[in-house]
Amino acid sequence: MNFAKRDDRPLVVVEKIKGALRITAVDQRASRLELTRGLTLADARARVPDLTVADADAKADARFIERLALLCDRFTPSVAFDLSDGLMLDITGCAHLFGGEAALRKLVVDRMNGIGLSIRASIASTPDAARALARFNRIDIAPQGQDEALVRRLPVAALSGLERETVVALSRAGLKMIGDLADRPSQVLAARFGQNLVTRLMRTLGRENARITPLRPVPAVVAERHFAEPLTQAATLEDVLATLIDDAVRGMQERDEGGRVFEASFFRSDGDVRRLTVQTGHPCRDAPLILRLYRERLDTLADPIDPGFGFDAIRLAVLVTETLKTMQPHLDGHGKEDDPVSDLVDRLIVRFGRDRVLRFEARDTYDPDRDAQLVSAADICAEGHRATMPRIAWPVPEPGEPPTRPLQLFDPPQPIEALAEVPDGPPLRFRWRRVLHEVTRAEGPERIAPEWWRKKSDEQERDYYRVEDEAGCRFWIFRQGHYGEGTTHPRWFLHGVFA
Amino acid sequence: MLHNTLSMLRHSMKGLAEGCCPDASGLITFGASTIDDALGGGLARGRLHDIYADTTAHIGAATGFAAALALRAAKGKSLLWVWQEFLENETGRLNASGLAELGLDPGRIILVRARDAEGVLRAGEQAARCAALGAVVVEPWGEPKMLDFTASRRLSLAATKSGTSILMLRVAASPAQSAAATRWRVQALPSRALAANAPGFPAFELNLLRHRGGIAGHVWRVEWDRDRKCFQDRQRTDAAPVSRPVVSVSRDGSAAAGVRPYEFRKAG
Repeated sequence: MNFAKRDDRPLVVVEKIKGALRITAVDQRASRLELTRGLTLADARARVPDLTVADADAKADARFIERLALLCDRFTPSVAFDLSDGLMLDITGCAHLFGGEAALRKLVVDRMNGIGLSIRASIASTPDAARALARFNRIDIAPQGQDEALVRRLPVAALSGLERETVVALSRAGLKMIGDLADRPSQVLAARFGQNLVTRLMRTLGRENARITPLRPVPAVVAERHFAEPLTQAATLEDVLATLIDDAVRGMQERDEGGRVFEASFFRSDGDVRRLTVQTGHPCRDAPLILRLYRERLDTLADPIDPGFGFDAIRLAVLVTETLKTMQPHLDGHGKEDDPVSDLVDRLIVRFGRDRVLRFEARDTYDPDRDAQLVSAADICAEGHRATMPRIAWPVPEPGEPPTRPLQLFDPPQPIEALAEVPDGPPLRFRWRRVLHEVTRAEGPERIAPEWWRKKSDEQERDYYRVEDEAGCRFWIFRQGHYGEGTTHPRWFLHGVFA
Repeated sequence: MLHNTLSMLRHSMKGLAEGCCPDASGLITFGASTIDDALGGGLARGRLHDIYADTTAHIGAATGFAAALALRAAKGKSLLWVWQEFLENETGRLNASGLAELGLDPGRIILVRARDAEGVLRAGEQAARCAALGAVVVEPWGEPKMLDFTASRRLSLAATKSGTSILMLRVAASPAQSAAATRWRVQALPSRALAANAPGFPAFELNLLRHRGGIAGHVWRVEWDRDRKCFQDRQRTDAAPVSRPVVSVSRDGSAAAGVRPYEFRKAG
């Protein structure tokens, strides 16, 4: 859907198909002149010399449809793409919020007309029936139980997902309408044209229902407010959010669940949607805490929420929930839930992001690069381990021994030039960052070989040395490979710094 | 019961008299009597303390000193360590097993990797307001413009209010004016060699540059004793050196210089 400069000439969109520029879409004016899809541009020009031609841009089309899908998100949380140029809305249980199916349909059509689109919209009992009716019949709403009667009058091409050959074969067999197929025994059809045809037929006739796969997961708990007049005051957003949070908390309480991921969607009247997500480290249904996290989030937005012409709906969805039983508070009135440290972690995560607030997680390995992994503090509960994984204890240092592992590690290890005794003596001196360090004390080697189940073919074992230079700085350096093995000299690296 | 209430009241009165919350009273002791005596018992808890690495090469020592001091300040509570992302290239990233080797529990440390100095200060201030934390280590890189007297004053106020100590670890920066209660310059100190000339326990040379309401200008040489989780004065321990390797003397009296006898130390 490329919108070229508006002029009065018919508009066609062309794409190179089978070596020729062919029309893939036309506007109303062009369609009135009987320019159709599939026609070559040369033919079209021969018929109508004065044409506006635009190149097809599939990516831009997809982006546009995606924006439309976001816009429709305000009518129902379950929106899916339909082929490349349609949207499917599952309005089960949503229509009454907008005053019935007819009113909802009118709302959608008006909204689309408002942004300059003319659309076809149909409501039916199953997705396939609605698709067939919208694309081939222009029936607004199929009355309850009448889907089949309406669909029967459509050509077989209205069955979606059929191969071209099947459609041709059907028409050659004289089966032109869906009604012709509906009366035949399904076994015969399946034997001749494949099971797919029967499935599609059943779905389109409304005898079998198929769920659509929504673009965005349908949240467990949703609270939303629609406003009669668009809301323009940014200050009132927080109040609305507070009431929504209260609603969501009540919803979670009924399910004995707590939320981990919350998403607030601000629907602007011009179709834009702004979404803000906050996460908590543990399941939470503490309304003031969630509101505080949202305040933090709103404070730290690089580009504040622009109300534009106002928001006409705000929705708070709890995307991820976990079981959270109501707990008896302690006798002093403090529950276990208000742990100030995990509260702080949550606020830091909101401000700095999930991947910047971290904790160490012990790993069962000798590899110094991997023995402690930094994982997001959001994934780890307050005691410092994951609930789902077996707890690995931190190694206990041996009493009376100096530290054998450095306080700080370089990733990747820093290459150094070292002069060492052959074959496996510690370095006598080394140069790191252009500074020469004379080694006064050394211990080693401690050989650490890569774990055989992870070893890459060219990876060599490392001989580690703890060394101290004349200034008293202590380093952890290693030699990769051995002297006298192969033609290349082993290389030296500085891997860490001791206290 | 009555006695308890009275003592609690007295305690909170004492806190009020000192102009801060009751938790903030109390001192971070070093465990080495010479330092504790000179400081009048120890460092004030719930304050800002600046720790400068002498040069970038001494970052290991400064970080070690900060970690050890944070451990003594925390008293078993959680720690928060916030650093500027850029530091990882320059000085390496904190290593869990290395922290464990200094006596800290890596599982109780919350780490924040901030993108810039502003983020470091924000996170540090937010953490300093949390009284449930034992200590906060704040580690910016270099001399950022926004780390001025006002910024350090804000941190200091937040620490005073909550009673959480803040250790400001500075790398590649020269000591500057700040609202810190004490300012330290830390250098690595050659360790006392173990058998077979192996590097020994972490040792630091501490230079107290500034001490608000106290005497500055002290230099101490200390060693960190992980097993007892305290600092030890080196002057005292120097008197009794552990066994050193003995270089054999040849018949003409010249020591076999430079040739290290192959000795082995039971380790690990």
